[in-house]
Amino acid sequence: MSVDVLSAEGLLFRHNSTEVLKDISFRLQAGDYVGIVGPNGSGKTTLIKLFLGLLQPNEGTISLFGVQPSAFREWRKVGYLPQRITSFNPHFPAAVREIVALGLLSTKGFPKRVTRDDDRAIDKALILLDILDIKNDLIGELSGGQQQRVLIAKAIVSEPELLILDEPTTALDPDAREKFFGTLQSLNEMQRVTIIIITHDIGSIGKYASRLLYLDKRIVFYGGFDAFCASGDMANYFGEHSQHIICHRHDSQPGSLIDR
Amino acid sequence: MDIVDLLSHGFIQRALIAGSFIAILCATLGTFLVLRRFSLIGDGLAHVTFGGVAVGLFLQVYPMYAAIPIVMLSSLGILKLVEKARMYGDAAIGIVSSLGIACGILLASAAGGFNIDLFSYLFGSILAISRAEVVASIILSLLLIGVIWLFYHELLAISFDEESAKATGVRTKGINTLLVLLTSLTVVLAMRLVGIMLISALLILPPVSALQVTRGFRMTIITASFVGVVSVILGIFVSFAADLPTGATIVILNFLFFLGVFVYGKLSHR
Repeated sequence: MSVDVLSAEGLLFRHNSTEVLKDISFRLQAGDYVGIVGPNGSGKTTLIKLFLGLLQPNEGTISLFGVQPSAFREWRKVGYLPQRITSFNPHFPAAVREIVALGLLSTKGFPKRVTRDDDRAIDKALILLDILDIKNDLIGELSGGQQQRVLIAKAIVSEPELLILDEPTTALDPDAREKFFGTLQSLNEMQRVTIIIITHDIGSIGKYASRLLYLDKRIVFYGGFDAFCASGDMANYFGEHSQHIICHRHDSQPGSLIDR
Repeated sequence: MDIVDLLSHGFIQRALIAGSFIAILCATLGTFLVLRRFSLIGDGLAHVTFGGVAVGLFLQVYPMYAAIPIVMLSSLGILKLVEKARMYGDAAIGIVSSLGIACGILLASAAGGFNIDLFSYLFGSILAISRAEVVASIILSLLLIGVIWLFYHELLAISFDEESAKATGVRTKGINTLLVLLTSLTVVLAMRLVGIMLISALLILPPVSALQVTRGFRMTIITASFVGVVSVILGIFVSFAADLPTGATIVILNFLFFLGVFVYGKLSHR
């Protein structure tokens, strides 16, 4: 029996005395593609930070490839794109290739050095994101959408088995967004990369994700998109009008992955 | 007196050699500190160095030997305050640096007799540097630059985004500790060059000058080092020729470099 890529059991997380997340239990297996949705302040980013060991739960256990995040060492298996880089300095002097190379640090021993093979991996990631032409540009001189694509390239350059993306498409234009979801779909289908993506774009994610996790401090729903649309939760949380639009839009998409 | 005559003096040679190595170290480390938005730690630890030197003079041991452990412990104290007392870095630096200054003043007041010695540490005395101090400066500078080279990518990663760095397996706590310990040693080493009061200028000005004109992280470090070394060399010559304090002259030249590249940058983008 294969080890779960990620599992959480009875998670409780408090900030000061406020419960941010509670009763969180779920499992994720290789090749799953999960969209995490929910209102602002519902704990989506906190949940991801718990998975990565950036925050510690007050109660419950998390297992990343069968190991607690605090003891996990195989970070090359994980690609992560944070919601926004809090310390991002618009005048940061590094070129795009230097930033993407940082995504390879998890594959390195000591001392960490970038090799010619790494240059090829970096080019591959940049080609995938259609930004090879800006590889020598400074990150601070790029548009928001280009910067976001650079950071996505950094997250995927190590060819991770689990990709965790926190609102990756917010700075992308509609064309780039569609192309990005297409890239994720191909990574998921061709290379069985497990994907967790936080997004407010439930219509888009509904087209591609195999499962939805609706979070509102606890797990309100976890399952396939069709079941989500059929459940009363959708109407409760989005309103009947939104439910109709989203579910109708989903129904009208050919080749949806939801029925896999 | 021309430059050849100047260079024939042993004390000028020693000042140029030690000053250049220290300038490269300060510029390299300073690039990470500036981008990490931790520039003022140099200033804060310099103030603690004042306290450390006072302890050394009070106990009649070589001031650098007393300053090194005190400044290193203080730098770890700053990290702990940020981590455990939930305060921002600037507040933690402010607390530790004012404590260092206060202890120094109290000791100077209690001892009463070493104010002149303390003055030389406050404002630097690179022209009075001994041969042994030159050797120590070179060895320590090369050692610290070597450590920075070994951890270059980890330092770059935490300077860009600490959270992402942690999620790619970088031991951010360890790298932050390394960064502040390197800063501690650099500050103590640099106090002979420009003095305790002006050390932070050597850490901040060359990198911010380089940031105005360079492309790429390595190029920023190389350019910052170049600016730092040229400022030190010119500063030593100018101060000697014009009978000015060397440390302050080096800092003013660094500022003029910054002003020059800033204006150049603005004009070239018009």
